[in-house]
Amino acid sequence: MTATMIRVLIAKPGLDGHDRGAKVVARALRDAGMEVIYTGLRQTPEMIADAALQEDVDVIGLSILSGAHGTLIPRVMRLLREKGLERVKVFVGGIIPDSDIPDLKASGVAGVYGPGTPTADVVKAIRDAQGTPQPG
Amino acid sequence: MTEKKPEARQRWEADILQPALKKFPERKGEFQTSSRIPLERVYFPAAMTAEELETIGFPGQYPFTRGVQPTMYRGRLWTMRQYAGYATAEESNARYRFLLSQGQTGLSVAFDLPTQIGYDPDHELATGETGKVGVSIFSVEEMERLFADIPLEKVSTSMTINAPAAVLLAMYIAAAKRQGADPARLRGTIQNDILKEYIARGTYIYAPQPSMRLVTDIFAWCRENLPEWNTISISGYHIREAGSTAVQEVAFTLANAIAYVDAAQRAGMAVDSFAPQLAFFFSAHNHFLEEVAKFRAARRLWARIMRERFHASDPRSQMLRFHTQTCGSTLTAQQPENNVARVTVQALAAVLGGTQSLHTNSMDEALSLPTEKAVQVALRTQQILAHESGAADTVDPLAGSYAVEALTDEIQKKAEEYIRRIDQFGGAIAAIEHGFPQAEIHEAAYRAQQAVETGKQIVVGVNEFTSGEPPALETLRVDPAVEERQKERLRALRHKRDGSRAAELIGRLETAARGGDNLMPLILTCVENDLTLGEICGALRAAWGEYRPEG
Amino acid sequence: MRRERRSPGNPLRMPTLTERIAAGDRRALATLISRIEKHDPEAPAILGALHERTGRAMVVGITGAPGTGKSTLVAALAGAFRRGTAGHPPRTVGILAVDPTSPFSGGAILGDRIRMRDLAGDEGVFIRSMASRGRLGGLSHATDSAVRALDAAGFETILIETVGVGQDEVDIARQTPTVIVVESPGTGDDIQALKAGILEIADILVVNKADMPGADTTFESLCAMLGLGGGEGDGWKTPVMKTTAATGEGVDALAEAIHRHRAYLRESGEGRRRERERAEADLRERLRERLFERWRQSGRMDLAEMARKVAARECSPEEAVEELLK
Repeated sequence: MTATMIRVLIAKPGLDGHDRGAKVVARALRDAGMEVIYTGLRQTPEMIADAALQEDVDVIGLSILSGAHGTLIPRVMRLLREKGLERVKVFVGGIIPDSDIPDLKASGVAGVYGPGTPTADVVKAIRDAQGTPQPG
Repeated sequence: MTEKKPEARQRWEADILQPALKKFPERKGEFQTSSRIPLERVYFPAAMTAEELETIGFPGQYPFTRGVQPTMYRGRLWTMRQYAGYATAEESNARYRFLLSQGQTGLSVAFDLPTQIGYDPDHELATGETGKVGVSIFSVEEMERLFADIPLEKVSTSMTINAPAAVLLAMYIAAAKRQGADPARLRGTIQNDILKEYIARGTYIYAPQPSMRLVTDIFAWCRENLPEWNTISISGYHIREAGSTAVQEVAFTLANAIAYVDAAQRAGMAVDSFAPQLAFFFSAHNHFLEEVAKFRAARRLWARIMRERFHASDPRSQMLRFHTQTCGSTLTAQQPENNVARVTVQALAAVLGGTQSLHTNSMDEALSLPTEKAVQVALRTQQILAHESGAADTVDPLAGSYAVEALTDEIQKKAEEYIRRIDQFGGAIAAIEHGFPQAEIHEAAYRAQQAVETGKQIVVGVNEFTSGEPPALETLRVDPAVEERQKERLRALRHKRDGSRAAELIGRLETAARGGDNLMPLILTCVENDLTLGEICGALRAAWGEYRPEG
Repeated sequence: MRRERRSPGNPLRMPTLTERIAAGDRRALATLISRIEKHDPEAPAILGALHERTGRAMVVGITGAPGTGKSTLVAALAGAFRRGTAGHPPRTVGILAVDPTSPFSGGAILGDRIRMRDLAGDEGVFIRSMASRGRLGGLSHATDSAVRALDAAGFETILIETVGVGQDEVDIARQTPTVIVVESPGTGDDIQALKAGILEIADILVVNKADMPGADTTFESLCAMLGLGGGEGDGWKTPVMKTTAATGEGVDALAEAIHRHRAYLRESGEGRRRERERAEADLRERLRERLFERWRQSGRMDLAEMARKVAARECSPEEAVEELLK
């Protein structure tokens, strides 16, 4: 139990204030037994990478709806590499056009989830990425 | 209960209806159906009980359940106002002129996020955001570009701007003056609703207390200088988008409205001197009957609050006038064409609920910023409702429906319960600082999500009737060069203006912010001297600090 | 931060976690705290090796009911220590923010970083969120170890923030040399700390959100309550202070009061007494754990089976213990 606790950082990079999705996902992950560090709005890539390091998280979930993902997400990925945090899996949610997904994945993002994704899918993806079996 | 009161109706016809008809004749001499059945202006029950007179009443008369005007859309259709803002002032200007040429009757400006949070394009946090969700406006020159060749005295303009509303309004006025317009004749709305930013939308800058001072400064200044302007648009839309229920949308919006009226009264303004300039903004969600009832309940509840709590005597102070936008969060990325049907149902609810203006969302909004074609379909949807559906041809046609009246009563009752709880906190600001509305909304949002995931709530194309086709709409891209171009223009502006004058004004503004005088005149002077949005908001940040939310 | 490099030794050898922490490697520190949280069998040895580097930090516990603005106050205090105050130079700051674990799922949402945004990017600050993880008393153990890790890494001030409800949280606060209890003008006349039974553990009482209506009433109620408690006579009179963390008002004065309390602890001998008390309680706890572990590993008897017998009234708990220890 404690030994396999998954720690997840949920952050909103950029300036958009729509945190409904981020909060719903945070709650769903908590209800799936994970520890969620929620950092809130207006996070710079530097803040996100610093928090990931200090909190020693296994997974980062980034929610962005403003369209700034193309600029901000690759920066997060670069900073994580610079800090030696390559093992941290990064998932992105929000309004991301299909055509942008290949670039995000090329920068190291593990998965991209658009509007309407069931939270159960997010929980499963995180457990799969951590090699933790689904209970039940 | 009581017998028929024909004299009440006669009085309404003489006092309310006839003067209105004289001032604004109806669109047609006669309204009728395909079967040539004439449509009456307003339908009434054969007999109205005292209770019905008190709760439902007549259109254009307290408590305004049936609408704020006696003839509603028979006199004038609602304003069709599509929210639009594209990257640069020039692109947005072109879009506005396109929409005006297509029959749109009002302009609505969407700003990018750096503008909404008071940062210039060269600020670190503006990286990747400039021009993304709206237009980047950092100076009066940019504002002039935005409205080039659009006579500002003749259009009404709605600006979705909150924390820096005073600055953008000052830029609009300065741009209008440079066109030669008389500020006293400018018509439009600024959103200026800071309280819902803390609850739901997130584009706040300062803490609630100094923010409320800016709001009341705007109220007081506009009352004298911009009499035709709506100084606030108290918004439930974003509360609903954040996941609230219909009842919460009404309750938290009106609780915020109460806080604004309180603040203005404390600032020494008489309620009837500013209340007619308050406007509201609601969403139109999928549940058709509940939505119609919601609008009617909100109107009645506000009228009562204004009369009983604030003792407003001017009927215009008691009227809840509102803009509606169809609910963006109900749109699906899957089978996006279905969204046209959703928007139609939502828009019809807004029309039958008596909205004053309407934005219909574009079908592709769940995927990206809307394309021109999708925007056009959305506008056409409104035009079809206005001219083909007949829904606009008789006033409040759902009144008297057992279902709609019962829902109206119930929404009002539940909203009143919430407002009582907020009063116990000491009002909306204290409740927000305790995180109360935020927590209630989050709970509702989580429940709604669970309902979809467990299949209790069917969403067509998402958890039922799926087709497995991947979403494939063309999406609009923002040219990444926009950010550099805006930075370049900013540099050029700073280079050409009088630097020492700018520095002096910044210092004066910071000092004034620590004092108590109305800040609007000084902010106007600042923008007229080419100070930028980021500089002005920066001076206020220096004086007031920045808001950090409670978890 | 007090960074000192040990002699490099064999340049080809990878530095150990202990060495990396001692050298101020933030990632190594984060890893060690995770190992502490996971009860990693190697964690005690690492902490043991770092023990000589600990004992230097100024450790402050901050507790109070939800909604009193604790996190904002912790962030503001951290800022004040980082800048330095009138009588004291700047200090590095480590923060442990402890929040409860959901009893239903075992998960947690840890949101304290939201209020600590202004500290971002400062290498002299390290923030770690911890969930209580339903450890039944083990929580204070984990936070104590995490404090030692931060201490060993050279953080000069360590702020531990806990929600002042629940015994575990109170215990954590009680363990720290300086305890701050935060109150704010609430919706009624209630003093939340009194309800929670944590008023008496305060070395400093703070009325936060002092710009809100009702703050003076809360302030006076607290002063009156302390007055009722009578003079302790041993030199430290618990001050009641007002802060508005959101604007920073009163925060420097609070930082100064923390320094004063630390000086008092040092000069009066109270600090040594508390440290001995804390060490003794800690040793007792460790001994209990180890003895139990030793007993368990001896594999003499099945605890669950014995519990079944007690529950079925086949034997009494007293008899069961005698039996288990045979």
